[in-house]
Amino acid sequence: MPANRFNAFTDYGIGIGLRVPHYAHILERKPVVDWFEIISENFMVDGGRPLQVLDRILEQYRVVQHGVSMYFGSADRPDRTHLKKLKALVRRTKTPWLSDHLCWGSVDGTYTHDLLPMPYTFSAARRTAEKIRHVRDTLEVPICVENVSSYAEFHVSAMTEWEFLREVVERADCGILLDVNNIYVSAQNHGFDPYAYLEGVPHDRVGQIHVAGHTKFEKYVLDTHDHPVLDPVWKLYAHATRLCGVTATLLEWDDRIPSFDEVHDEALKASAFIGGAREADVPPDKKASAPPVR
Amino acid sequence: MPLGFKPPPRRAPRGLKSDADLRALQRLMLHALVQPLTAADGLQPRWRDGRPMAEVAAEFIKPNGRLTPFERLQIYARCYWFRIIDCAYDDCPGLRAVLGEKKFSALVRAYLTKYPSRSFTLRNLCSRLPRFIREEPRWTAPRTALAHAVARFEWAQTVAFDGEARPVLTADDLADIPPAKLRLALQPYVSLLRLDWPVDDYVLAVKRRNALRGEASHAVDHGPRAASRKRVPRPRRGRVFIVVHRYNERLYYKRVDAAAFKILEKLAAGGTLAQAAGVAGRGVTPEQVHAWFETWMELGWFCRS
Repeated sequence: MPANRFNAFTDYGIGIGLRVPHYAHILERKPVVDWFEIISENFMVDGGRPLQVLDRILEQYRVVQHGVSMYFGSADRPDRTHLKKLKALVRRTKTPWLSDHLCWGSVDGTYTHDLLPMPYTFSAARRTAEKIRHVRDTLEVPICVENVSSYAEFHVSAMTEWEFLREVVERADCGILLDVNNIYVSAQNHGFDPYAYLEGVPHDRVGQIHVAGHTKFEKYVLDTHDHPVLDPVWKLYAHATRLCGVTATLLEWDDRIPSFDEVHDEALKASAFIGGAREADVPPDKKASAPPVR
Repeated sequence: MPLGFKPPPRRAPRGLKSDADLRALQRLMLHALVQPLTAADGLQPRWRDGRPMAEVAAEFIKPNGRLTPFERLQIYARCYWFRIIDCAYDDCPGLRAVLGEKKFSALVRAYLTKYPSRSFTLRNLCSRLPRFIREEPRWTAPRTALAHAVARFEWAQTVAFDGEARPVLTADDLADIPPAKLRLALQPYVSLLRLDWPVDDYVLAVKRRNALRGEASHAVDHGPRAASRKRVPRPRRGRVFIVVHRYNERLYYKRVDAAAFKILEKLAAGGTLAQAAGVAGRGVTPEQVHAWFETWMELGWFCRS
């Protein structure tokens, strides 16, 4: 049974990101992995080796697409070339859902290639939801939007981040890719309670969860994806699985990437928590009242 | 102002009631981020109109107990610049080696200030670098010509790596068309480069050196910047004709004769087979031309024009 209506893939299990340094290992040794997440933009090309590798991966594994430059929160309209290439890739991978970030990163056609924070206002939520609907209708695939790590907040914001997330996904009627590491990083940077965030998101819309490592600096925490997952993030993850039910989970490791086995072993740590949620077998709407484990 | 930019608002919007307000806020922040960093990799102390940047940042960003609005904005500015500089480093190992790290860094910062990314993919970040080197030679002087050649060569590699491939023409496709009417297009991923330095050998040597450095690191993808500082000698001047292409999805550089290059250029420009064969010159025999075409067909370079 799916844990919720946006999570028809409850049994997807634990995936890892498909990254270039691991290509040879995966293609030669064919390790058992529940699924791979690809960065869509890396394969939105016209030919060559990236697509050759992808096709070989698709012969053996389930693949889910994750984007980094749709910028649902940007004031710009979606770029038509981008959408056309993305749709071609969606058809190629047959991704069961597609995720991208609740952020902006381009204006007037100039791209920062960063995930910039949103101003949390009703007007921005309306605009963002319209764009998500447009992308979903064009691509004909379910969309999950991911909360980002942030280091700044705007004066104009009129609500919390999780209220904004709820406002957007309910207006767009889409799913959530809940990144618990990003919640932790933003909580540290802005001084909110990450468990209040978890309690505040609509659990029935969480279709996927991300975990990752981060780096602490003297005055802020940066989302670096270059470390194993830290304990406070695993604790948040445990609580999220209790609230949202068993959910497809992915470990992100994007910089200073160690061996395939090391990344995969780190990802599989999530199975202990998923097992707990599965054993609890409590309907998701009841799980919301479970006390957080801190 | 960088090319393609529209001016930011004079003041940050006080509220966000419309799409225009959202665009104004995003333009303001974008302009702050893409200003070149200071020598100490910090945010510029002054805004475009001379006001302190701290004052501008405070107009739209909240402080917290540890960081001022300026410092919070600076985190994003650094992330922006470090990400795109890193990308250029990865895409241009040869150019980096020609110029040295310091000069390359200055070139890339100047280039990305004038030509920020206009594509959703970082793959295209350095597409306008050869043009920029021509437009602003001061960043590469006194090696502007060599830098330009290497930048062209490195961009051609990106194109060959993942550029479009059209259906390959076979001998059967051409059988009934007379040479005076036959036009062959080159695959979009093929680049023809007439260069005054053997940059193919040079870039290969640089990559080999970098690979040796990479092996010294425990991380699988660790960058090549940490190990040996030994330089690959810069190439000596010498005319070469290089075709950058791919075969079986692998990247190759193929040197060709001057006559063969002229033929390929003529075909790429839309000439017929007969016209192309005509530019080869007197010293080239029909047998030679035939052999070249056999090789090129085998490599899958031709598609319909």
